[in-house]
Amino acid sequence: MSAMVTIRNLTRTFDVSKPWLNRVLERLPRQKLTAVSDVTLEIEEKSVYALVGESGSGKSTIGKILVGLLPPSSGEVRVEGVDLATETDPKVREELRSNIQMIFQDPYASLNPRWRVKDVIVEPVKVRGGKTEGLAEKLLEQVGLSAEDAGKFPHQFSGGQRQRICVARALASNPRLIVCDEPTSALDVSVQAQVLNLMSDLKDELGLTYLFISHDLTVVRHMADRIGVLYLGQLVEEADPETLFETPRHPYTQMLLAAAPKLDSFGETEAVPQGEIPDPINPPPGCVFNPRCPYATERCRIERPELRRMGETRVACHHAEEIARKLSLETA
Amino acid sequence: MTTRFAEVWDSDFVWNFRHSPVAILALLVVSVLVLAAIFAPWIAPHDPFNPATLNLMNGFTPPGEPNAFTGETFLLGTDDQGRDVFSTILYGLRISLFVGAAAVFLAMVIGVILGLVAAYVGGWAETIIMRIADVQLTFPAILVAMLIFGVAKGFTPPEYRNEVAIWVLIVAIALSDWVQFARVVRGAALVEKNREYVQAARMIGRTGPAIMMRHILPNILSPVLVIATISLALAIIAEATLSFLGVGAPPTQPSLGTLIRIGQGFLFSGEWWILFFPAVTLLALALSVNLLGDWLRDALNPKLN
Repeated sequence: MSAMVTIRNLTRTFDVSKPWLNRVLERLPRQKLTAVSDVTLEIEEKSVYALVGESGSGKSTIGKILVGLLPPSSGEVRVEGVDLATETDPKVREELRSNIQMIFQDPYASLNPRWRVKDVIVEPVKVRGGKTEGLAEKLLEQVGLSAEDAGKFPHQFSGGQRQRICVARALASNPRLIVCDEPTSALDVSVQAQVLNLMSDLKDELGLTYLFISHDLTVVRHMADRIGVLYLGQLVEEADPETLFETPRHPYTQMLLAAAPKLDSFGETEAVPQGEIPDPINPPPGCVFNPRCPYATERCRIERPELRRMGETRVACHHAEEIARKLSLETA
Repeated sequence: MTTRFAEVWDSDFVWNFRHSPVAILALLVVSVLVLAAIFAPWIAPHDPFNPATLNLMNGFTPPGEPNAFTGETFLLGTDDQGRDVFSTILYGLRISLFVGAAAVFLAMVIGVILGLVAAYVGGWAETIIMRIADVQLTFPAILVAMLIFGVAKGFTPPEYRNEVAIWVLIVAIALSDWVQFARVVRGAALVEKNREYVQAARMIGRTGPAIMMRHILPNILSPVLVIATISLALAIIAEATLSFLGVGAPPTQPSLGTLIRIGQGFLFSGEWWILFFPAVTLLALALSVNLLGDWLRDALNPKLN
C-alpha cells in the first residue's frame, strides 16, 4: 500500500489581531492563533484515517487545507504527489481538485436552499464541463434515495437524507479521496449509523480513501484504519484503532478514553477530564498538554516532545515509556 | 395545471396577500396607475403635447364645467394653455413611473454588484466601497442627485439637453440610491458567504463571480426585492422633487413633478385643479407602492409569520 496523502510539518496560523486602528490606539501587538502546528502524517490509499480531538484542536483546519479551501502557512500537503498550494499547472490542479471531495458537518447549511437537488449533485461535474445527463438520478439511487427526488429542493428532505445528498454530490466527480468533516455530528443517533454504513459500503465499492474528522471516539473506532489524536493543533498520538483503544500511550488519549461513557460501567462515575483546553493564541511552552498532564515534569514545561515511534504507535510524549510501565504495573 | 394553481394559491405568500386588505388595495391602485400610464396614448382624450390640437381659449377651464368660450368640458379641467389636465397626468405618470423604475433598476444593479463584491472579496475592496457608501449617506439623496444633474447638464451641449434630461435624471437618482442596496446586500451576503454550501462551491472549483451570482445572490433576493419596492416610491418622489425644483423632467416631457410645479403658480389665483390632481395622483402612487413594500417586507420575514 502506498501513501495517497502526505502531510509534512503542516502549520497554519490565523491572524486574529484587532483592527489596525485599535492596535495603534491601544498599543496592542498583532495576535496569531496557531490552529495547526507542525503536523506530519500519511494517509494510505483506500484506507480511513480518522482525526479526533476537542473543538478547537485544528482538525477541521487540516481538512480544509487538504481540499484547498485554506492555504497552509508552512509545511506541505501532497495528494498523489501534487501540492495544491504550489502547483501551477492548471491541468494538474483541476484533475487533483476533482479527485478530492468533501462532506460537511451541517447538512442543513451545506446544500444551497435555492437549488434543486439534481443541480446540487451534478455541480462538481458541471464546473468542469462534464456530461451530467442522468447522473443525479443514478447517484441518488446509489446513496439510497429515489431518482424522483432529483427535482425536489433541499428543504423537502430530513437531515439524514440531506447528508445522503451531500454524499451523492461528493461522489459525482468520481473522487478518490473524500474529506468527511464530522459528517454525522448534526444527525440523530439512529440516522448516524445509516449514513456511516452507507459511507463504509461506498468506500469498499468504489475504492475510496477517507479523511474522517470527528470528535466521537465510538464512531471512529468502527470506521477508521488509523487514528490521529490532535491536541491544540498538534498530533499527540497516532495508531490503529485496536492499539489506540487497548494501549493508549499519550496521557491525553488516556484521559479521553477514560472520559468516554461505556455501556458496562453503568452507574459508575466517569473520570472527568481535568482542566480546560488552553488558549491557542498563547499556548503553553514545551508540551502543550503539560498544564493538564498528571505526569508533567520540568522537561515537559520546556521542551516540545517529538512525535516518535513506540511499537505500533507514534506518540509525542517525553515520558511515554515510564507511563506505560506504571500502567502495566497497576493493572497487573 | 389546477394542482399547480392550487399550490400557488395556498402558499404562505399568496395566503398572506389574500388576507391583507391593505396590500390588495395598494396593488389595485398601483395596477390601475401602471396600466393607465402604459396605455396613456389610447386612454387620454387629448394629446397635450401636440400644439395643433390645443386651443388657448380652453385655458383655465374648471373641472367638469363647460368652457365659457368654446363650450368644451374637461373631466379634470385645463391648465393655462388649454391642455387637458387628465391627459397631462396620464402622460406625466408615464414619465414618473419610467424614471422611477429605471432609476431603481440601475441602483439595484450597481448596489447589488458592489455589495456582493464588498462582502465576498473583503479587504481593501470592502473598505473602499463601504466608505464611499458611508460618505454618500452623509449627504441628502436629493443633494447628490442635484449635483449629478448639474454636472451632467454642464457637459451636454444645449441642443441635446432636453433629450438627455430624462436619462440624466435616471442616472442621478440611481447614483443617489445605490447605497441602500449595497449595504443590505453586503450584510446578507456576509452571512451567506460563511455557510457551508458556499464553501462547498469554492472547494468544487467555482470561481468568485459564479459563486456570487449563482449561489449567494438567489439566497439574498428577498431583502433586495423589499428594498427595491420601497426605493421605487422614494425614487418617484425624488424625481417629482427634482422636477418640482425645475432640474428634472423638461416642460416638453412633463412628469408629475413638473405638472405640480406648473400648477403651483396658479394655486393662489384660484385655479387649484392644475396643482391638485397631479399631486393627488403622485400621493396615491407613492403611498400604494410604499404600502406594498411594507407588506412585502413583513410577508418575506419568516420571523413575523
